[in-house]
Amino acid sequence: MLSKRIFVQAALVFALVAGAANAADQATVERGEYLARLGNCAGCHTAPGGADYAGGLALASDYGTFITPNITPDKETGIGDWSADDFYNALHNGERADGSPMYPACPYPNYTHVPRADIDAIHAYLQSVPAVEQRHGPHELGFPYRYRSLLNVWQMLYFEAGEIENDPEQSRDWNRGRELVQGLGHCDACHRARARLGASNDDEDAPGAMIHGWYAPPLADPAQAGLQHFELAEAAAFLQSGKREHAAMMGPMADVVFESLQYMHDDDARAMATYLKSIPEVSVDSPLRLIRMSDNGRRQAMGEGRKIYADRCAGCHGDDGEGREGAPALAGNRVVTMDNPINAANMIRQGGFAAATEGNPRPHGMPPFYDLDGRDLAAVMTYIRGSWGNDAAPVTATNLER
Amino acid sequence: MGPNTLPPSRSKDAATVPATRFFLIGALLGGLICLTTSAVAHDAAHHDPMAERLEACTACHESQGVELEDGYVPRIHGKPAGYLYNQLVNYQDYRRRNRSMNHMVAHLSHEYLYEIADYFADQHAPYPAPAAAPQPALAERGEQLVREGDEQAGVPACAACHGEHLTGVQPNTPGLIGLPRQYIMAQLGAWQVGTRHAAAPDCMAKITQRLNGRDVEAVAAWLAAQPIPEDTRPVANAVVDPPLECGSVPAPES
Repeated sequence: MLSKRIFVQAALVFALVAGAANAADQATVERGEYLARLGNCAGCHTAPGGADYAGGLALASDYGTFITPNITPDKETGIGDWSADDFYNALHNGERADGSPMYPACPYPNYTHVPRADIDAIHAYLQSVPAVEQRHGPHELGFPYRYRSLLNVWQMLYFEAGEIENDPEQSRDWNRGRELVQGLGHCDACHRARARLGASNDDEDAPGAMIHGWYAPPLADPAQAGLQHFELAEAAAFLQSGKREHAAMMGPMADVVFESLQYMHDDDARAMATYLKSIPEVSVDSPLRLIRMSDNGRRQAMGEGRKIYADRCAGCHGDDGEGREGAPALAGNRVVTMDNPINAANMIRQGGFAAATEGNPRPHGMPPFYDLDGRDLAAVMTYIRGSWGNDAAPVTATNLER
Repeated sequence: MGPNTLPPSRSKDAATVPATRFFLIGALLGGLICLTTSAVAHDAAHHDPMAERLEACTACHESQGVELEDGYVPRIHGKPAGYLYNQLVNYQDYRRRNRSMNHMVAHLSHEYLYEIADYFADQHAPYPAPAAAPQPALAERGEQLVREGDEQAGVPACAACHGEHLTGVQPNTPGLIGLPRQYIMAQLGAWQVGTRHAAAPDCMAKITQRLNGRDVEAVAAWLAAQPIPEDTRPVANAVVDPPLECGSVPAPES
């Protein structure tokens, strides 16, 4: 009788402990899912139409094309065999489970700043997603970049592993925000051009980088992507919703909002906004040098552009570029006025919708204007960049060729 | 934004694809060069907020359809909402590939895609005039396939699923009238070579495998020449005993 009672009690205690452990595991997996979203792992590790995290996306770079690996828990073709230590070693030290160095196409120079507990949670989550058996071909890299062993030298020269220490002078929000921006969020992977051979560029006035044919403008320049002049709440909401009055994030950044930032909790959004607002303001030159145009050429382009604008654009964006609901004002719009014209040109040529998010559930779509030739596009952009108080340099068709 | 909750805009398992990735793949159906006629769009848009939101769609998808040198932008007006919704999701998941369409729907929520589908399903603009009748032999084969199918080849009649008057069946089966020959041929051909897919089991993929080149031509030519019936709305009642199982036919979850 006594032994039976002890048995029952023991079983009960065991069940409670096991239950608590399961709940803790589940909480870790859920936190890992949230963090994997903030890091937007799927953004690179899911191919168009492919299974989540099964890799296979082709990433073009100056060094050749990288094929992103399968990070589902498949043991043969994914990372099912990777322990939490292996995974941490990869993200923190840039070293794969087999000991070989990783290409910095995967932004581990950012992930090295992420705390171990967060990386462990992401590992737990990735081990919980459906395993997909999918093998990919090797990266298609030029000489000599295809020799992976050279990366040992690269890491010695350009990579320093380590979390960033909290700055006690700054608020908790600021520190968390810096960790998100420089670590998991890896904003600088696109918003800051790398130096030669993919080394990180620590210059204050580092320009942005090109991604998928778009320019990710520098976060240090409030005339480009900087949020320094935003109210804190406005900046946080912009990150989560992808939209504010008379502006919406488009191109690859709309993907980031849709896949990642819209899921960001309010406290993390506030933290990220706090840090982004604090980045010292710098005026950053565009890496794309605009071809100078004579006064005569500019006058002619303005005239042609005015006609095209009246015919094709004014219906939504207004006669004076004042915009309307869903059609951003072009007067004073920094995508229009920043030096690098490529994003505005992409918007006109391809059109598209902003990301549908809780804060912007029914975004407006911009029609594509595939039929504008290079000359017309340059003319209408020159007009928009030089009217209603906008004072940006004229654009030539040559600058818009890709 | 509520903490700890995923907004309803995306279900966790919805396999969606960032827009920009479309740069990395070839557009298999070729770019549909869009002749933007903004003036037309604006007239219709003045007081309808949904129309204003969807000018990116109507810039190319005019109610009559638009014939291009290298393709055709189909009419989407008046098609069953479920059918349109399925196509939008197919583009988002790259079961259908078209550079413009993959880009346009890339980061729209399923809820919004359904609203868009519903909006166009409610638009009932007049259809374009039918094409001239094809050669009698071709017309005969076309009519046979559409009305009766080809039992020997295992091809069910088009009318068995697309409605007796070929105006479609609610909620997910599109009408086949008012479409030009080249568009129908392109779609059947795309299914044959695997560049157009529907949700599994993909009945149209099976059926098109059983059609030869002349069959495709005959069906397309005959359908394109049919007069537009007075009532062009999709039939409300579901097909009782469909000849094949189609993954797209059940009502979409939304």
